[in-house]
Amino acid sequence: MTEFLTSQFGVSIILAGVVFGILQGAVAYCIYFERKIAAWIQDRCGPNRVGPAGLLQPLADGGKMILKEDVIPGHVDKNLFVLAPAIMFIVAFVGFAAIPWGGQLELGGKLVSIQVASPDIGLLYILGVASMGIYGVVLGGWSSNNKYSLFGAIRATAQMLSYEIPMGLCILVIVLTVGAIRLEDIVLPQTAYWSDVIPKWNVFLHPLAFIVLFVTMLAEANRTPFDLAEAEQELVGGFHTEYSALKFGMFFLAEYASMITSSALLAVLFLGGWHLPWIPWAQPEATGIAAVIVKMLVMGGKIAGSLFVMMWLRWTLPRFRFDQLMRLAWGGLIPFTLGLFVLTVGLLYFDKHQSPLWTLGGNAVVLVLTLAVAGLSRRDVTGRPASLPSLEGRSLTHGRLAGDVS
Amino acid sequence: MIRDEDILELEEPKLSAAERLYLPQILGGMQTTMVHLGKTLLANKKMTVQYPEEKRTLRLENYRGIHRLNRDEKGRVACVACFMCATACPAHCIHIEAEESPWDDREKYPAKFDLDELRCIFCGMCEEACPVDAIELTPHYDVVGRSRDEMILDKEELLSIYDKTADVKPRKNPRITGYPEVGNRSEQGPSDEGEGL
Repeated sequence: MTEFLTSQFGVSIILAGVVFGILQGAVAYCIYFERKIAAWIQDRCGPNRVGPAGLLQPLADGGKMILKEDVIPGHVDKNLFVLAPAIMFIVAFVGFAAIPWGGQLELGGKLVSIQVASPDIGLLYILGVASMGIYGVVLGGWSSNNKYSLFGAIRATAQMLSYEIPMGLCILVIVLTVGAIRLEDIVLPQTAYWSDVIPKWNVFLHPLAFIVLFVTMLAEANRTPFDLAEAEQELVGGFHTEYSALKFGMFFLAEYASMITSSALLAVLFLGGWHLPWIPWAQPEATGIAAVIVKMLVMGGKIAGSLFVMMWLRWTLPRFRFDQLMRLAWGGLIPFTLGLFVLTVGLLYFDKHQSPLWTLGGNAVVLVLTLAVAGLSRRDVTGRPASLPSLEGRSLTHGRLAGDVS
Repeated sequence: MIRDEDILELEEPKLSAAERLYLPQILGGMQTTMVHLGKTLLANKKMTVQYPEEKRTLRLENYRGIHRLNRDEKGRVACVACFMCATACPAHCIHIEAEESPWDDREKYPAKFDLDELRCIFCGMCEEACPVDAIELTPHYDVVGRSRDEMILDKEELLSIYDKTADVKPRKNPRITGYPEVGNRSEQGPSDEGEGL
């Protein structure tokens, strides 16, 4: 028994249970904090009636979700209708299996990974599983047999397909820089230091790729400003219009779960995973149980920071229009990330891909080139369709942005 | 028919290169929301009133809450049953039955004065229409009832609301009751302000 428990397999099984439990709670409290942050940004209090400071609100919400009537409308494709939230939910949670949560633990003289599974293609696994999330959206929208749901699903599909390209290119930049697609092997090089001070986190090598990856992750998770799939004003509720009770709850939880997966991936790829400089427990050499707990807390802190920025953005930005969304992906992010990709390949050829001076300089060049192209091209970004008549001599108001008024 | 020259077309602003990157503008927006978040969290500047525990200070002068029928200085209903409020009411929620007044300072008085608080839209036009300032809206808004009938207030109930609210919102001065030529206004108008309201 002890032998089983100290083996990698036993640790993986225990960890799967622990991580799943923690994540369920984390997802529930994500919703609580989303509401709290929304309230604070809007000068309100947020949920504060259930328990001290409203902390029991997620339980009350969960109870409500379970007890509500689960309506399956008569006009839906019943099998797919039931399957869609399940796909969404499962897919959102299985991605966690490959995340390295806390380095290695020494158990009975052996080292085991604090990771449910450590496949050599960990990064590809997470990307593949994350892309599966689109099936939940599409099936949900399609089987609902409702034009608003279908519109929402179509938008979500087009959006996810478009944003997966810059996302993949950003990840390729890191894969080329690190030379590994196993997530542990991506974290380990980041625990070293430049001149013993600055940790070799990839964000210091490729800050632009970091920002673009964050943006595409917002789009992948259907978060504002990319939440056209559920634009209430136009589409009622988007792909989950017809869902109620626990099925709706599963869509809701899956959104937050995929936000957490994205954030974890972001932390692993760019922020050094569980590594924090100058804390002895958060170094790869530390393998005790305390070190593992500290590493998991560090990882959790990085994820929480990323989640906070996502929520902060949600309550700051308005939603993109669909053509703007597409233009941003195909006209903006994809050429931009292609530039970064070409830069990385070039640096790799000259073996300068690990040198911050070269990568940062290259990043600056790509940024300046982008600015130059954006400034020189006279194409509108926000866009009045070319099919409409010209405004020459017609317009009475030449509005500028609000800043110019004051 | 809309003529071409009536159409006003607004041109979208041209964006500069930095604006087309979105990021500087987004950071500006994030700064705004963060300032609000910080103020709410640290300086505790919340707009919310925790309603059942806390209440907003009543706006005595102009808040349009539940109605009352004022009493004159002798404790009689001040209404002269002129039907101006019922006529002005856009929701048709006032029902008056007039009878000959038992008092000699006016001809009519309301034998029955029913006001349906569920039909009322609280526009305050009855108050404006009243020539003797008999019907008024009070600052009280937490009106509940367990049936529709309960929410139709009769004359006595409206008068009792006056009794309850007279100390926070006294009747306007000068008081107008009855017809000026009969005398109340000239006798007990602005001259007797000291009489206590």
